[in-house]
Amino acid sequence: MAIKKNNNFIKLAALRCRVNGRAVQKMVETGKRLLDFLRSDLRLTGTKEGCGDGECGACTVLLDGRPVNACMVMALQAAGRSVVTIEGISPDPRILHPLQQGFIDQGGVQCGFCIPGMIMSCAALLEKNPQADLEAIKAGMSGNLCRCTGYEKIFRAVEQARRELELKNAQR
Amino acid sequence: MGWIGKSVKRSDAKSKVMGAALYIDDYGYEGMLHAATVRSPYPRARIKKIDFSQAQKVPGFVRGITAKDVPGKNLWPLVMHDYPFLAEREAKFAGEAVALVAAESLQAARDAAAATRLLLEELPCVTDPLQALKKSAPRVYGRDNVFARYVVKKGDVAKGFEEADAVAEGIFTTGYQMQAYLETQGMIAFPESHGGVTLYGSMQCPYYVHDAVAAALGIAYNKVRVVQRSTGGGFGGKEDMPALVGTHAALAAVLTGRPVKLIYDRREDFISMSRRHPSWTQLRYGAKRDGALTACQAKFILDAGAYATLSPIVLWRGTVHAAGPYRIPHVLIESCAAATHKAPCGAFRGFGQPQSAFAHESLIDELALKLDMDPLDFRLKNALRVGDETATGQKLGESCGMVDALEEVRDASDWKKKRADYPAWKSGGARRRGIGVAANYYGVSLGARGRYLDRAAAQVQIQPDGTVMVAIGNTEIGQGARTVISQIAAESLNAPYEHIQVLETDTSRVPDSGPTVASRTTLMSGNAVLNACEPLRRRIFETAQEMLKKKGGAETPMSASDGKFSVAAAEVGFAEVARECYLRKLKMAEQGWYSAPPTSFDTETGQGDAYVTYAYSANVAEVEVDAETGETKVTKVTSAHDIGKVINPNAAEGQIEGGIVQALGYAFIEEIIEREGQVVNPNFTDYILPASADAPEFKTILLEHPYPAGPYGAKGLAESPIIGPAPAALNALRHACGVRLSHIPAMPEAIWKAVKHGDQKKQ
Repeated sequence: MAIKKNNNFIKLAALRCRVNGRAVQKMVETGKRLLDFLRSDLRLTGTKEGCGDGECGACTVLLDGRPVNACMVMALQAAGRSVVTIEGISPDPRILHPLQQGFIDQGGVQCGFCIPGMIMSCAALLEKNPQADLEAIKAGMSGNLCRCTGYEKIFRAVEQARRELELKNAQR
Repeated sequence: MGWIGKSVKRSDAKSKVMGAALYIDDYGYEGMLHAATVRSPYPRARIKKIDFSQAQKVPGFVRGITAKDVPGKNLWPLVMHDYPFLAEREAKFAGEAVALVAAESLQAARDAAAATRLLLEELPCVTDPLQALKKSAPRVYGRDNVFARYVVKKGDVAKGFEEADAVAEGIFTTGYQMQAYLETQGMIAFPESHGGVTLYGSMQCPYYVHDAVAAALGIAYNKVRVVQRSTGGGFGGKEDMPALVGTHAALAAVLTGRPVKLIYDRREDFISMSRRHPSWTQLRYGAKRDGALTACQAKFILDAGAYATLSPIVLWRGTVHAAGPYRIPHVLIESCAAATHKAPCGAFRGFGQPQSAFAHESLIDELALKLDMDPLDFRLKNALRVGDETATGQKLGESCGMVDALEEVRDASDWKKKRADYPAWKSGGARRRGIGVAANYYGVSLGARGRYLDRAAAQVQIQPDGTVMVAIGNTEIGQGARTVISQIAAESLNAPYEHIQVLETDTSRVPDSGPTVASRTTLMSGNAVLNACEPLRRRIFETAQEMLKKKGGAETPMSASDGKFSVAAAEVGFAEVARECYLRKLKMAEQGWYSAPPTSFDTETGQGDAYVTYAYSANVAEVEVDAETGETKVTKVTSAHDIGKVINPNAAEGQIEGGIVQALGYAFIEEIIEREGQVVNPNFTDYILPASADAPEFKTILLEHPYPAGPYGAKGLAESPIIGPAPAALNALRHACGVRLSHIPAMPEAIWKAVKHGDQKKQ
């Protein structure tokens, strides 16, 4: 389907996917990045654009559970799949995810611009490797740049979250 | 003390981890246009024509804007008043803004900018600062391509070198470094019905934006309002530059009558915004056989780029500190900032000091080796102590922790043992280990060169429910200003920390408080907040006392802590007291003010009390070098910092760790490649930032030598940590491989070559 917008023909296609657990159905421009779809169409502005080149990781979201740079993925590539953003990281929005709590408790946040992407990458990391040690944490978040913290307190935050999640899993 | 010295949680952390904190690009408004910038592609070009005819055909195009459309003065009122908001006759660097376009969407704006035709005539240019200083060089600025010169002259340097038993000399150079804040520059401007404009955006210094917008639009200051939004890092890169971005957005808003958003992409941020000055330093030190320094002589040149921006002040800070934190009787430092046809360099954390410190800390090591002294002992022998004079003749009356910092890092790093053991350490043949040290001091706040701006205001308002709103003129840019200011206000008022809300900085709420730079916010805004709190505290405490009296606790003295006021028999909370104050119709809002103590600088001699006080840092870096590849890993950094009083230990550590990693990026991996005035690698693919794997192990020691005029004794912290780690790491490399690298960034190729060359010489 093509519509005329500002005298320009823009190709639109239907996108059906799940975002933060909710079904989404929208017409989107075929050339639209997932990042812009999330930020502009769905107003989920927690996902940030730092470089637009897939280098800084600030726009990291989970696509079917795997971390991707939303600036390097077309919105239509999410068709039929599940997207989780920082706004959906905690199943209950009133309760912080252990990673979010870890970043607060350990002082892992400064300017905060990298944090949503950082948390998404770390969530994927702990999901894949619940026993991640410091080396695994360092490797797992190496695609997310932080210019403020020097990373040390972020490592501590992820370690706190790992312990918290281990405890939760043990109680189950 | 209740709230001071406690690692309370950051006041803005929760909104940031939830993705709820709103940065400028997260805002959008009905009817809002987007702007994009048309830039000159040449290092130097005459502008013959700007043609929007093709741009007009882009659907959504609204209007083009050139220098001719600037209603006020097309010169940025910053230090030298030489930078036009939009280039008019000549563009002086590749990336300079020549025109703007406003359009209905971001894509349309960018398409229209790309479709704008510039008819340019390329002119001869100069991109090397040493070439620029030659008489025959093409003109960038004035008659001699010099933005500023300084001299610091103490004693008789010739005599100092005569007295020396050993002399070391060398030339040291440093490259560019990008601030690389993760959020690019961005602003939204709203036209107001009174003919003025309101700006929201990412910035460190709202009052600089205010100055620039009023000048460009030719309107009164009371028609401009600037409000900071959550800012994704600054590091100096959002000191002056947002004034340019904001003025562009304001021009577009006023000329179209609609709100305008202007957000930079990473590439244009890289090519057009400020960056750390490359430097060239020729340095000489002399010392007696016993290690006492006798003389220091330096020539210090910064490559400033095409416009002065903040270069004169950056140069001044670098010059004043260029002899290092040592007691030296004879000093002669001469410096200049050279204009070249490249993007203007400006403020970046450390502000000229990382450059001059790389030279002085590298050469101090060489002189120690010549004297056959341990480099740390050599520094300790000469380190500034209370009662000593700095290079500018400033007598240090108090709060000087240089010796303490050096001793602490020596002991905590196990320096003596590692210094002895590492040369013999071998692993897999090619890997070598070394340990190195560097010392630095940092003049807190603006000092004599910026003394007219060195004041700060605050507004504190206690609400009827006992919560408190605090407004300051400095900004939160990630460094933790809001948290630290909240702690200071909570401490003063005996209010619960959670009750304090520090608002986003707004020029209509608090008068011009100078810039958020020079590690000055804790000191300046902290003192202004204390000043505002003082009468409020009196009212709160008196009211609490009377309430307790009524409750039957007349005789015993009242104690106040954790937001509670109590005597043996009774207790009232801060909120109850606040409510009672309102019922008694007491004034519950106050303005605070603080102006810095006097400083001085004689431009003829460079002598004077340059800064109100200094922070002191010592860093010990340990490296592992692969001699076969040049790959160098900094394994551990032990650092100690005298910051007067630690308001929040966790936040202080965060500043230090972050500063160290930025410094190690500066030392080893961050390299802007510039060819004939063009930045070849304007992106994070080719300009490498330190990632998680590059972070060393940290051992951080916080020292308190209280500064009596600081809030609870605090000085300042943010910049001192970025100054020492680079030379400390290069000194460790010297220790590991026996070679001195005199340029940073020291890329693996350079290290590999130097080590290979050094090994051949040994054989």
